[in-house]
Amino acid sequence: MAETMTAPAGTGHHAEHDDHAHVTNTGISNEKLGMWLFLGSECLLFGGLISTFLLYKKKLNTFPGFENTTVNKLGANLFDIPFTSVSSFVLLMSSLTMVLSVSALQRDDLRRTRLWLLATALLGSTFLAGQVYEFTAFVKEGLGFTTNIFSSAFFTLTGFHGAHVLIGIIILMTMYALSMRGRLSSRNAEALEIAGLYWHFVDVVWVVIFVVVYLIK
Amino acid sequence: MALVEREPLALPAGTGAGTAIEPLGVLARPATKTGWRSWVTTVDHKKIGIMYGVTAFFFFLVGGFEALLIRLQLAQPNGSILSADVYNQIYTMHGVTMVFLVIMPMAAAFANYLLPLQIGARDVAFPRLNALSFWVFLAGGLFLNSSWFIGGGGPDCGWFCYAPNSGVTFSPTHGVDFYSVGLQIAGAASLIGSVNLIITVLNMRAPGMSLFRMPVFTWMQLVVQFLLAFSLPVITVALFLLTFDRSFGANFFNVAQGADPLLWQHLFWIFGHPEVYILILPSFGIVSEIIPVMCRKPIYGYPFMVFSGIAIGFMGFGVWAHHMFASGLGPISVAAFSLSTMFIAVPTGVKILNWMATMWGGKILFNTPMLFSAGLVAMFTIGGLSGVTHAIAPADTQQTDTYYIVAHFHYVLFGGALLGLFAGMYFWWPKAFGHMLSDRLGKWHFWITLVGFNLTFGPMHILGLQGMSRRIVTYQPEDGFTLWNRVATLGVFIIAIGVLLFIYNMFHSYRTWKAAGRPNPGPDPWDARSLEWSIPSPTPEHNFDVIPEIHAQDDFWHRKYGEDERGRAVRVAATENVVQKGDAKGVHLPSPSYFPLVMAAGLPFIGYGVIFNRLIAIPGVLLFLVGIFGWAFEPATEPDDHHGDAHGSDGHGGDDHDGAAKATPATEEAPVG
Repeated sequence: MAETMTAPAGTGHHAEHDDHAHVTNTGISNEKLGMWLFLGSECLLFGGLISTFLLYKKKLNTFPGFENTTVNKLGANLFDIPFTSVSSFVLLMSSLTMVLSVSALQRDDLRRTRLWLLATALLGSTFLAGQVYEFTAFVKEGLGFTTNIFSSAFFTLTGFHGAHVLIGIIILMTMYALSMRGRLSSRNAEALEIAGLYWHFVDVVWVVIFVVVYLIK
Repeated sequence: MALVEREPLALPAGTGAGTAIEPLGVLARPATKTGWRSWVTTVDHKKIGIMYGVTAFFFFLVGGFEALLIRLQLAQPNGSILSADVYNQIYTMHGVTMVFLVIMPMAAAFANYLLPLQIGARDVAFPRLNALSFWVFLAGGLFLNSSWFIGGGGPDCGWFCYAPNSGVTFSPTHGVDFYSVGLQIAGAASLIGSVNLIITVLNMRAPGMSLFRMPVFTWMQLVVQFLLAFSLPVITVALFLLTFDRSFGANFFNVAQGADPLLWQHLFWIFGHPEVYILILPSFGIVSEIIPVMCRKPIYGYPFMVFSGIAIGFMGFGVWAHHMFASGLGPISVAAFSLSTMFIAVPTGVKILNWMATMWGGKILFNTPMLFSAGLVAMFTIGGLSGVTHAIAPADTQQTDTYYIVAHFHYVLFGGALLGLFAGMYFWWPKAFGHMLSDRLGKWHFWITLVGFNLTFGPMHILGLQGMSRRIVTYQPEDGFTLWNRVATLGVFIIAIGVLLFIYNMFHSYRTWKAAGRPNPGPDPWDARSLEWSIPSPTPEHNFDVIPEIHAQDDFWHRKYGEDERGRAVRVAATENVVQKGDAKGVHLPSPSYFPLVMAAGLPFIGYGVIFNRLIAIPGVLLFLVGIFGWAFEPATEPDDHHGDAHGSDGHGGDDHDGAAKATPATEEAPVG
């Protein structure tokens, strides 16, 4: 029967009876289920940030004295929708390359795994670069982090997402390093799959943010 | 259940078998199993549980000291022991400490120690993450309290720190910065712990241990961990916004810029109300274990107990605005939250009735754990009833921010949560430390605490209805508050005597036990029902020699007792014959690691960096990175590391405070704990 976290001594296969290698009640590995749970928790983090943003976007427009300020040309002039659409497309495409990378690893095709890993990280970095450019442009226009309640909420929400993308890129590069050291193979492809779960989540959150922040007037 | 033997997932361990990987020489894995090194590097859920308990108890003394100062200040009209400013800091830190650094981690101590044992597992799902969550919690607690010394005093905004009081204008010292960053760190610890414990319960149950055979304590902790996982991110947002406001000039709570101070209240209480259940449900679980054992009856209405716990968990997310009735929400919101608050009293009432039905007709053994459990049922009922009165919005607008509220939540958190935690300590002490606490002293402890508690918090109902405002630094003789404030101050010193007696009991019981030649209480001193009693006391490092196969709820009990034709319990097997010996050899357990500690140690520096000077954050970030990458590249288990090769047998071991390494060959001799 399934014994959790045990292996008889002296079998000589200890590494394969690592505490990660036991059978679970749900049939889903601890790591994967843990990641799903963490992502569930992250939903509430972004939920809180998005609610804050929506509240303050509405409030600023009704706050006396702000109707005609330069920083209130929100949405209409400040957001460069075509630019952000392209960078959103770039980020969404990185989900595709992520899937290709996991699929290649499952087939033990390490060369393609690395190629697609790099592509994913590169697409993510492109998105981040776009965000840096956008932030800089806003600051030049006079909309800084401390300018008003809208700008604080905007930079915090998109900044949190950007930080998540950055962490994702670091995870991808760590995976790349592990694969270079021969520590990644089809046997532990699930590790890359879990990193992929995180990456897809960050992409999906961006879809929501893009709609809420940029598209809804 | 899928029985496919999968390949290891761990990145580093996977293919590198046989090669010793030591990423950092100084932090090479320790081989000793005693002494301080074995504690700071441990990934054993039992040691981590004990460390949680010790730390929480330390903070309990700190928070209790703050409570004494509050009561001394209020002992007479025009009290002058504390200035108004210091008084604000003291009551804020009293609340923050007791909620976040005492009751939550004390409940986490029980969860860590007991959850794997009650479901028949060898450890939690992620042992190193478990260590990380403890060290991060400790880092957060120390960080928060360091505010007294380097933050220009503690936070002074009340434990829920409403905006705009929490802004720089009204709170110019660094106290609130320490509050926001410190709670952020402590919250991260709870989040990590919750993911870990949920996965443990969902994934690592022994064969046959279906969800509806799990002990009620495990169920309540599972609900609590779900509440943590889904409510903590909300306060994480709130605390980030506060930090950004104070340290980076954002405008989230800047009313002059049109910000909405109610945003904080909503975010805080969307977390804060589930938090109330996070604090109380573990104690509900504890007494649900103790009452059946001491009444010699199974728990009455097990499915109702479980489902009412789940219902409380769900409904706990839908009542937050009853903390905000006085803030002008509008009649529809107020009516809706009034109703939902009345509804949530129903599952709570179910629990109380079930405990009483369990006691009804039982042969009740009135020993210390049972007294504390019965105390919880009685005191929590009072607190619950006064809570329902708050659901009625018109009454609540009268009571809000008075001592009536203070009385209510102390009946719930002291009379409920804390009495339950004490009950649990007396009950599981032999399992953790291998000796009993003195029952005679325990009874004194209980009665003194009960009397002191009611003297302290009972009069606060009256004071509140008389109109005494909470958080007020003093009052005038003509207010008519003097008498009951004197009684309350008298009461708090009686509680303090009870706490001292408990501390004395710990030492006294240990010394008596040592003087008597360390007699072992046996695996099952209470003739109990759940799995942790089927293994030796103190728990062997590997928990179970053989993972038990579960056939029923209260499986261990049914191994000992059957029923005669009239339905009465009759013994079918001697306890010695159904318990495990704890002498298994060569059980493979996860290896200790320094990296959780290293990672956690970086966090306070990052916090100081945010508050004072960004340069201080650099060593913090470095420590964090060393920790996380050292961790990622370290195998979870050393290939040639066998635990449990030589275990302390009866009458030996469990001496957790005596860490002196015994002169024995290195990897042999593993006194438990």
